[in-house]
Amino acid sequence: MSEQESSSDERMSSEEEEQQQKEEGFSYWNLKDVERGQLPQHIRKQGTRVYCKPDAPTNTETLQYSGSYASMGVDNSLRLDSFRENFRIKVIALDKDKMEFDMIGIDAAVANAFRRILISEVPTMAIEKVFIANNTSVIQDEVLAHRLGLIPIKVDPRLFEYLSANDTPNEKNTIVLKLHARCNRGQPRCTVYSQELKWLPNGSEFAKESEKPDSKPSTYTSFSCGQDSLPEFAGNPISTVEDIIIAKLGPGQEIELEAHAVKGMGKTHAKWSPVGTAWYRMFPEVVLLEKIKGEDAEELIRKCPSGVFDIEDTGNGKKKAIVADSRACTLCRECIRGDEKWEKRVALHRVKDHFIFTIESTGALPPEVLFTEAVKILEAKCERVITELS
Amino acid sequence: MEHGSVRDPSSATFCFVDEDHTLASSVRFALNQDPRVSFCGYSIPHPSDAKVNIRVQTTGDPAREVLKDACQNLMVMCQHVRSTLDQAVDDYRSNHSDMDTK
Repeated sequence: MSEQESSSDERMSSEEEEQQQKEEGFSYWNLKDVERGQLPQHIRKQGTRVYCKPDAPTNTETLQYSGSYASMGVDNSLRLDSFRENFRIKVIALDKDKMEFDMIGIDAAVANAFRRILISEVPTMAIEKVFIANNTSVIQDEVLAHRLGLIPIKVDPRLFEYLSANDTPNEKNTIVLKLHARCNRGQPRCTVYSQELKWLPNGSEFAKESEKPDSKPSTYTSFSCGQDSLPEFAGNPISTVEDIIIAKLGPGQEIELEAHAVKGMGKTHAKWSPVGTAWYRMFPEVVLLEKIKGEDAEELIRKCPSGVFDIEDTGNGKKKAIVADSRACTLCRECIRGDEKWEKRVALHRVKDHFIFTIESTGALPPEVLFTEAVKILEAKCERVITELS
Repeated sequence: MEHGSVRDPSSATFCFVDEDHTLASSVRFALNQDPRVSFCGYSIPHPSDAKVNIRVQTTGDPAREVLKDACQNLMVMCQHVRSTLDQAVDDYRSNHSDMDTK
């Protein structure tokens, strides 16, 4: 399609203006409503919109290459200052564990990088080792340990270091939590909740079995000082997210264990993922291609399950359909299904550089901090490439 | 990170170890925006190897420098995203505290 429009190659030359006057035949650029150096509107639209047709979406690719329109004399390269001018973020909703915002003027490649980093590369703390002293409950040790691992710990992971293979667990890389629950005989069954995990700021309390019988007793961690004496945790004890059921105990059953949490990333195991999910969708654009009046307007409103359309009174008891809330569109395509005439009346588009981004935090960090961390991680990746290449 | 290139410095393949689509796709995007690039693309040779190969061919400049510039641009973009987000969050918070007091 672009070749038909780019009828002249001389556009690229420096004396284009002179040539334009000399030129006799038809040239697209001589049309009055065409801006020079700008792509024709329909091609620009193909670059910025996904067209959602009843069977499948078209124009899904993001046009990237800087020379895509060179033959038309249009420079497609990105300049950082134009990115700076056009990039916008608008926060739609924000609370302590969920955030929704619009990110406008960025390519899907980068938006997707942020999403991927949020899910798999922003570190958190999670229980990695469980020392079970006693477990007479019906839940097997390994299942119990797995359940414990998935409990989010409310602590800023930036205050901790990674525990590498030959490190000893110390106050900088390990959080120790204790759980001791018992259901006495004669009592009804009881439920063990995550808030029963108690933080041990001085490290493990379980004595290690030593090989030499006369050696000094040691525990499974070697803390040089109590974590509660560190300024970041003074008056701010480490806890887990509450009200998560860990196990149920019958009369006479007991669980006694110690759980050691370490820093990790979601790509190693999902328990370290700081988000429940992080996702984005492209902004839906619903366009009415012709005026939809009377009965048809009523039908259109009935067709749409998410309430995108509304009816406007045009006076004299006449009615007209309007697009009231295009953001609500879920791309179910009900409005263009069925009778073919609807395809010609309603167009569904997605704006390629407008992302509705949603982040659900598990509780370790607030969502806006998570996003900032994700962006920093992408920066660090770039930095690493630059230093490796220099 | 290795660097495989031939005699001609204007085209080269770079191998990023411990990276995946996250970085490769973003870098490809940044490279594509650069008018000095005549071709670029990436591939992950095998899904169980944590490696990506990034191919860069330029119109004459050394591929290594062009790739560095692309990363630099990506970093500048990230910094801008961060400051824009901070601003947006501040705006949201100030608007909302207004609504609370009313």
